[in-house]
Order: sequence, then C-alpha cells, then structure tokens
Amino acid sequence: MKTLIRVGIAGYGAYVPMYRLKAAEVNRMWGTSGEPVEEKAVVALDEDTVTIAVECARQAVRRSGVDPAKIGAVYVGTESKPYAVKPSGTIVAEAIGATPSVSTADMEFACKAGTEAMQTCIGLVGSGMQKYAMGIGADTAQGKPMDALEYTAACGGAAFLFGPADESVAELEASYSFVTDTPDFWRRPKEMYPRHGNRFTGEPAYFKHITGAGNALLAETGYKPTDFKWAVFHQPNAKFPINVAKMLGFGMDQINPGLVSPVVGNTYAGSSPLGLAATLDVAEPGDRIFMVSYGSGAGSDAFVWKVRDPIKHRRGGPKVKAYIDRKRYVDYATYLRHRGQIIA
Amino acid sequence: MRKVAVAGIGFTKVGEPWERNVKELFAEAASAAMKDAAHTEVEQLYVANMMGAHLQGQISMGALMAEAIGRPGLPAVRIEAGQASGGVAFHEGVKAVASGLNDWVLVGGVEKMSDLLPEAVTTALAGAEEQEYTAYTGVTKTGLSAILHRLYSHEYGATPEEIGWFAARGHDNAVGVAHAQFPFKLSIERVMASPMEADPIRMMECAAVADGAAAVLLGPADKVANGIEVAASAVATDHLSLAARKNPLTLEAVRKAGAKAYEVAKVKPKDIDVLEVTDDTTIDGVLSLEDLGFAEKGRGAKLVAQGHTARTGEIPTNNFGGLKARGNPVGATGLYQIAETVIQLRGKAGANQVPDARIGMAQSMAGVGSTCSVAILRRV
Amino acid sequence: MSVPRYWREERPRYRLIGEECAKCGAKHFPKTPVCGCGGAEFKPYKLPETGKVLSWTVVRNAPLGYERFTPYIVALIELEDGTRLLSQVVDVEPDAVKAGMRVEYTFRKVTEDGQAGLLQYGYKFRPVVD
Repeated sequence: MKTLIRVGIAGYGAYVPMYRLKAAEVNRMWGTSGEPVEEKAVVALDEDTVTIAVECARQAVRRSGVDPAKIGAVYVGTESKPYAVKPSGTIVAEAIGATPSVSTADMEFACKAGTEAMQTCIGLVGSGMQKYAMGIGADTAQGKPMDALEYTAACGGAAFLFGPADESVAELEASYSFVTDTPDFWRRPKEMYPRHGNRFTGEPAYFKHITGAGNALLAETGYKPTDFKWAVFHQPNAKFPINVAKMLGFGMDQINPGLVSPVVGNTYAGSSPLGLAATLDVAEPGDRIFMVSYGSGAGSDAFVWKVRDPIKHRRGGPKVKAYIDRKRYVDYATYLRHRGQIIA
Repeated sequence: MRKVAVAGIGFTKVGEPWERNVKELFAEAASAAMKDAAHTEVEQLYVANMMGAHLQGQISMGALMAEAIGRPGLPAVRIEAGQASGGVAFHEGVKAVASGLNDWVLVGGVEKMSDLLPEAVTTALAGAEEQEYTAYTGVTKTGLSAILHRLYSHEYGATPEEIGWFAARGHDNAVGVAHAQFPFKLSIERVMASPMEADPIRMMECAAVADGAAAVLLGPADKVANGIEVAASAVATDHLSLAARKNPLTLEAVRKAGAKAYEVAKVKPKDIDVLEVTDDTTIDGVLSLEDLGFAEKGRGAKLVAQGHTARTGEIPTNNFGGLKARGNPVGATGLYQIAETVIQLRGKAGANQVPDARIGMAQSMAGVGSTCSVAILRRV
Repeated sequence: MSVPRYWREERPRYRLIGEECAKCGAKHFPKTPVCGCGGAEFKPYKLPETGKVLSWTVVRNAPLGYERFTPYIVALIELEDGTRLLSQVVDVEPDAVKAGMRVEYTFRKVTEDGQAGLLQYGYKFRPVVD
C-alpha cells in the first residue's frame, strides 16, 4: 500500500511502567519452571491504558514540535481499555490539547490494535484529510494466573504522530496488511482473561501472518532483508521474534535494539510499536527499518520506514532504555494488588 | 458598642455517647449554661456545628436546636467555619449583644463524630479544605499539618519529639478533669512510639474522633452579675491552600485575628494568664503559639518541650487537656475553650487552677488556618 | 462523584493550565474569580511541568475513594517559575523522598467511582526520568 501524499513520523513517544515481575517469581508461586521472558513490566496502582497512552502521546507531541491544536486525529489501539464504552482517545486528545477539532476512536485487533491505529492515521494523512494524526498502541494486558501467558502479559505502549514526510524523522515507504479469520486467541465480553489455542498460536497464527505480510511487502517493494538496517517484529516472548526474523531472512544484529520483550514482556498492542520506538532511539538517518506486527484473530501490518536527518534532534527526553532501566521488582502478592486482582 | 459578658457556661463530657443524639447533647449543654447563669431568657440562638450535614445528614441545625431546647420560633442559625465554628459562632453572639440588637444570646456548639466510620469522618474533615485541587490529591487534614510539621523541622531544626511534647503536656492537664475524653497522662515515649498517622505526624499527636456539646450564655456586661467580660473577639481567614500562601509556616489567619484581639483588648501576649489553642495536631498547637506571639517563629516547639506552657510555666496552655486530651468534637471545641477559660478566670478550676488568672485567650482554628477566631476574656 | 464537577476541571488538571491576572500579573492555579489585587480579567497560563519537592507527607489513613492507594505521598511542590501546588508524588518509595527532589508532571488515575462509575484522572508528579 502506498499513500497519495507522502507520510512520515513527525514525533514518537514510548512508555514502560516501572514495576517488574520476574518469571522466577511466577515460578516460585506456582512451583513451575520456564522463562519465556526474564521479567515483565507491571503498572503502578494508578496507571492504566489511558495514562500510558497519554504519556506516550505527550512525548510524541513534545518531540515533534507540532502545535497539538493542529493534530486532527488520535486513535488508540488496545485490548485493555478502561471503559468498555467511552473512548480512551477522547481523554488522550483532551490531555494533549488536540480537542475539539479532532477525530478519535479506540480500536481493537488484539496485539495489532496499535499498528491498526497507525495504519488508519497514515491513511488520514496520506489522503490529505488531516495534516497530523496520532496512532497509539498501549495495553495493560491481563495474565491469567497459572496460564502460560502470565509470564509475559505486560504493560506499556508507544505513540506515533504522523505528518508530512518532508518534515518527518522517518518516512513511510510502503505498508501492507495481511488478515485471515484465525481464532488463535480471544476474550468474550464478561470474561476477565482471554483464552488461547496454546501451540496453535504459533505456526498457523503468529508465524503465518507475519511471514505472509512480511514476504508480501518485500515482494511489493522489491527489497531484500539486507536492504534494512533494522527489523522489528511483534514480540510475545523472547523466542518468537528471533525465529520469525530468521524465517524472513533477518539477523540478530537487525532486531536487537527493538527486542525489548525479554525485559518488558509482551505489551500487546504496544509490542511492535515499542520495538519501533526503541529502534528509532538508536537509528541513523538513512537507515531503513522493516516492521511487522501481529494481532491474534488474526493479522499482521507490515511497514517500511526510512529514517531521516531530523531524527537527530527529535528524540530528546527519556528513551525506551531509560524506562526499561527504571525498575523496581514486586513480589507476586504486590503484583496482584497492582493488577486489581485482590478482592477487597 | 457596649461591653458583653459571659453569664453562664455548660458542656457535656467529651466521649462517644452512643445512645445520645445531637439534639440531646446540645440541649444538655444549653440547659447547663442557662442554669449556670441562673437566667433562662434567650432572644437569639447560634449553633456551631461543622459536619452535621455529613455525619448525620442534618442541615437546618439552627431551627432544629431551637426546637431541641424547647423554643421553636426562637431566631436561630447554624454557624459553620470548619473547626473554628465554635469560636466564630461565639464571635457572632458577641456581635449580637455588643450591637445592642439582642440582650441575651445563647451560643452552643455540638458535634457527633462517632456516627460514621473513621474513613468517612476523615473525608468529612477534609471537606474543610479546597475540594478540587487540595482534597482531590487525597491529602487529609492531618496530612496537611504533616507537610507543615516537616517544613517546620527542616527550617528551624525542631525535632519531631520536641513537637510531640505538645500532646504530652496537654495530657498532663487532663488528669482529674471530669469532662475530658482522655483524662490520663500520656508520656512522650508513648507519643513517639505510636504508629505514623500521616508521616511525620504520629497517631498520638492527633485529637481523636469525639462527640460533645458546649454552650455559653452571653449578655450585656452591665446586666450580668459576676460575669466574665469579653475584652475582644476577632476573626480572620487565609487562603485555604498551603500552595497559595507566601509563607506556609506563618498562619496568617491566626496572626491577624490575634493582632486584632490584642489591639481591641489593649493587652499584649505577656498579659495573658491562661491560653487555649488549637492542637488537633501538635504542630497546629505549636504554630498557633508562635503566631499568637507567645514564642518566636521556630521556637514554639522548644518552649513546649521545656515546660514553659505547663500550668506552672510562663504561659499556661490548654489547661484542661486541649483538643488532644480534653477532646475535639470539632464544631463544639471553640466553645469548650471559652467555657474552660471562664472557669479559670472565675477561680473555679480546682486542681487545674492557674493562680490569679485574670485574662484569658481562646483560639479556635479551622483546617491549617483557613479561618481563625481569637477571643480575650477578662475578670473585672 | 459529580460528572459536571469533574468535567469542569479536566483541562486545568490534564494540562496544568492556570490563569494570570491581567492587572497585576499574579499567577493562579487553580484559577480564581477575583485576584487579590481586585482584578477580574485573566489570561490562560501554562504552568511549568517540572519543579522540586518542598515538603511532603505519607497518607496512611485515606479518605473515601483513595483507600486502594495507601500509603501514598502528597507533597507541596514548587514549579520552575515559583508557582506552588499540592500533588501526589508517585513512582518513588516514601523513604526515598528528599526535600528539593526534582519532580515532573505525570498523568495518572486519581480515583474511581466504584466498579461502574466514572474514572477520574489528574496530575501527579514523579521523580524526573532522564
């Protein structure tokens, strides 16, 4: 997919809350072993998807230098929105000063809700409907106790303010979306936790859709993996993104800066957006970045970004690494308290 | 403006009288005041009450108490000024008599805090603070005093223990007091070992939930035999928020009300023989002492720790226990202070008597000094 | 909780916007109808988002609606331009708070009206993240 008007990232922001639950602590609780990640990020008592989205959005606005009143859209992709009905987007838009001349909505597509929001904003800017539009991916994913996903379901996010390519820190060269109806993971409305197909979430779901989107975008653009300095993939755990990178022909050197899941966990709709932010934190002008998200249900959004000169002076303030390094460990009981899972 | 005198006083024992409601408490205090005055004619009623609307869901306390004392039809109004309701209601009563509009005015205060759970009482007390930018932070009244406590220590080097002495001194004076909520000594060790309430203020530095009622009957001085004259009464306010005050360690409302009272009564701090100040927390008491001119700014805590405010000291303070030990049924407290000052000036304080007490001061304060009333009474 | 009361204060709380008196230049946060100088005309004023802790307390017995968060820190904060406000300080342990500590604005949840009621957000401050 290509836009009519060339689109780029005017500014980006990211956020990871400071508390951490170690996989070892989960194992201590349940008498299990296994470490799909080392540790995951956990929200503070007063954080939720909206507060995370606001943090990311504020940083994106600050770095972009854009007058927030000129932002024409704020789309929030999440599967843990605090209100079932009432958009998180309105709160974010109000907090950053984008109201009232703005369009907002919340989007859901499991872990690719964030890139879904990004695609939509790219469309708004690329069509000329809006000059600036912000897509955010943020989650406070709920891990079911004793389930495999408890190790990894984490909290965090990233925001991307899109605008004219010629002012941007990274231009969008092309994107692609690959979607099928594949029920690998879902949550019914009154249920607290999602259900998943365990091993079914691997080959027929995650790997099929990422490689599907990835290969299609490579074919459409004519690029090879060696044309990219960096690559970012959806990171539900430490292993999957490494494996899918290999399948598509990318190496560890390319995915390393964006590979945050071992120490952050899976931030769901924030996952590949956070990986992109971490990559932009170290990228140089001229670098090309290959990015493919994945959302259960299922689908992938793939993007090719080309980093531009302005990145050098538009990534001030805390980088993703600063948020990762800012941490305090919690025990399992405190973790439950922070996740609102203690009945009191 | 003519001179006003306190003709009679009455009050209930401070505590948790579960089976008695606000009307009964009020009526007991009012009746005792009229009996003490040997005078039952009343033309105007002021009812001091801070949180009856929260605690009992009761508004219209003026009319309700007029009815409670058997006088439906009596002009009556509730006076609310946070924790200073008692002192401010007293002020209104003094104005009514001094102006000549009324001869006999009954001012009574009542508060029944034990009707709600502690967290609901905490919330009601925080109702005295600005709601949208102070109370919204989740800070409590004690928390605000704690912010001042820490700032005070930091600025003047007073130790938490020195400040904590305010509670111990108050308790010394409550021993043997029939109407006190906690009529026993409390050592400084126990104060400082008590759990943190809102750091750095500890639980035993704070007045407890209390129920009580106190009343005074006011009349024209020339018609009251053996009356205690109201030499001055003044009220002042300040910004509610600590953030809006230029110098948070000076309680401007206290300073202003005090200065005005001294000016009208034509006395100075050294002339005050007995003093009642607001110590819902220890630091409130310390700052009040300083801003009323009894200690240099920053020296108040040391003064208390060293015993200068004990009954045998230079400035006998909170001579029946103060808010901490006598108790603090918030809206009524200001009137307990007046009544206790009258007892001292009449020479009727028994074992608690400060010898030859002639001039007394009572300071009733709301929040961390958003409203303050200061009354100076004199035996003539 | 009153919906109109919450909604009225959204902008000042979310964006740290107060008012400046047109007559004497005094800065007010929150806004006030009449300035101490008597002036009643104001223009919007955006407060700085960083400052330092002047003093603080740790609330251990919370008012209704805040019980879930204890113990929490409430501080008197002085912002870069001298304006002061009261705010919770988060992302720090109570015994690690120091007078003069540098803090910055963060957007957080303040309370909620039970399981079904309104979520209320607002400003808090946290140690500066560099």
